[in-house]
Amino acid sequence: MSAAAITLWKQRAWRWLELGGWHALCLPVAISCLFPLLWMVSSSLKTQQSVFTDFRLIPLPLHLENYMRAWTQGRFGLYFLNSLFYTFVVVIGVVSLAAMAAYAFSRFTFRGSGWLYKLMLSTMLIPIPGAFVALYILLTRLGLVDQGGGEWLPRLGYLLPQINAGVPFGIFLLKPFFDKVPKELEESAKVDGCGAAGVFWYIMLPLARPALGVVALLTSLSAWNEFLLAYLVFSRHELMPLQRGLLAFHGTHLTEYPLLMAGMVISIVPIVLVYVVMQRYIVQGITAGAVKG
Amino acid sequence: MSAPNRPQPLTPYLFLLPALLLFVVFSIYPFFLLTATSFLSWDGVFPKNPFENVQTFLQHAVGFQNYREIFAGDPVFWTSFVQAGTITLLALTLQNALALLLAIAVNRKLPGVGLYRTIFFLPPILSEIVVGLMWFWIYDGHFGILNEAIRWIGRTTGLAQLAGWRLAWLANPKTALLAVAIIHMWKGFGWGFVMFLAGLQTIPEELYEAARVDGASAWARFWHITRPLLVPVMVVVSILTVLGTMQIFALIIATTGGGPGYHTEVPITRIYQSMLGSSRFGYACAQGIVFGLTLLTVSLIQMRFQRRATS
Repeated sequence: MSAAAITLWKQRAWRWLELGGWHALCLPVAISCLFPLLWMVSSSLKTQQSVFTDFRLIPLPLHLENYMRAWTQGRFGLYFLNSLFYTFVVVIGVVSLAAMAAYAFSRFTFRGSGWLYKLMLSTMLIPIPGAFVALYILLTRLGLVDQGGGEWLPRLGYLLPQINAGVPFGIFLLKPFFDKVPKELEESAKVDGCGAAGVFWYIMLPLARPALGVVALLTSLSAWNEFLLAYLVFSRHELMPLQRGLLAFHGTHLTEYPLLMAGMVISIVPIVLVYVVMQRYIVQGITAGAVKG
Repeated sequence: MSAPNRPQPLTPYLFLLPALLLFVVFSIYPFFLLTATSFLSWDGVFPKNPFENVQTFLQHAVGFQNYREIFAGDPVFWTSFVQAGTITLLALTLQNALALLLAIAVNRKLPGVGLYRTIFFLPPILSEIVVGLMWFWIYDGHFGILNEAIRWIGRTTGLAQLAGWRLAWLANPKTALLAVAIIHMWKGFGWGFVMFLAGLQTIPEELYEAARVDGASAWARFWHITRPLLVPVMVVVSILTVLGTMQIFALIIATTGGGPGYHTEVPITRIYQSMLGSSRFGYACAQGIVFGLTLLTVSLIQMRFQRRATS
């Protein structure tokens, strides 16, 4: 073998070794990420007896009726629809309020704009871990905690603080987008008779559509997964979102694992679907802050 | 045609109004309410609403007594700091090191890279409740798959002592905190991974090419190119890891509820307990403020480190 052939062979061997090394690192981690999820799905397809004794990953025959029972008897259908409703309202609320506020901060200079902007964004970084105690006192006083009265007030008590909590991050993502829109576009729209509202509606919003989408996506993830506020506000099952409902089910039916697992699968299906389809935008939004520095 | 109308001075406020209204009611006001309540002794109901007037406020006021009690007579609260701190230290080291290593591994043109990226970020998008309940079942002392796996390994390798390793992981005082920490890290590493990967992708490939031409080893390239350029991302990741982990709550509620005994209590579970468990709203607020100031101090120290590292 010539020297050149040996170096080539060596290079190739190194390449393979490197490749194998990285896969040897990544593959076990990937399996450990997926296994608990697979095990959850698998357990959701067993019976109340076999779930404790059958350790197969694919437990034939599959007991798909667990899902029907979880949906109706386990009340996960109810929780699911509640979660869908809450997520929808929070997303609409955050996107519209954050877009309007970001537009104000981006296109106008007004008294207090500087420190107000900083103050709102500072809530993203400054931790106020006890704030939920004060929030609870406030919501109780406003009659927005579920204490057996009407059902719309507690729903409102769950929605409004969440919308408020999401707005700063929305402003943070949207303002740079609005900043980039050229002044000339705005000017020519004004010449055509557009007011500030017209500029916002016909120019800013359509141009910021990708950023609005990112805000909507991230907000929907956090609204779907929200727990603490639901824990504080709701006591009636009819009002609970999925996360709160899962815990309630776990508390009362401690060992009914197949139904609990079916409920959990029901609760993650929408979010996993959204994630798989929209992955790029989600990651883009999450890393926006860190990489910009 | 009308002259281009100058923006009314009121216009920006109108656009800001809805967001500002919520902000004042649900962020600013609770902040002051929190501070004021921390000086009260109040069970949330009786005898009166302390915020009705100055007199009712003063009737409930106890000065700094809540704060004194935190520092002098509440060892469990401080234990909860140490326990959350333990999970945080594990997350800062193990979790973030794994995240960085995986980001470096995936930041190249290899077959399967896209799939890895998708899978690693799957746990972070799940809720803490789902993750907690899922692992609660895996860790189960009698029927959990973890103990079953240990039994199987023991049987196939003939290591009889492995039988002693079959534990009720979340109910055993010796293992509970570590078991919770593992769940937390399992859920969290993908998030750091995504951050690091985004940071790596901002480093221009030419830098590495030039270093390679100069004969720099892989380690030298990492140490002299990757590491310094990644410092800002590392600081952001570590600050958010500290804040996120110290304030862990839902995961604890879904797994141990703070038990066995107090072995997995964390600050937020203690604050929650003071509030709705023992109905001591004033004390809960004082705990929240002490904990919040602690976190703020830690973040500020971390930011100072960043300034030193980047300057």
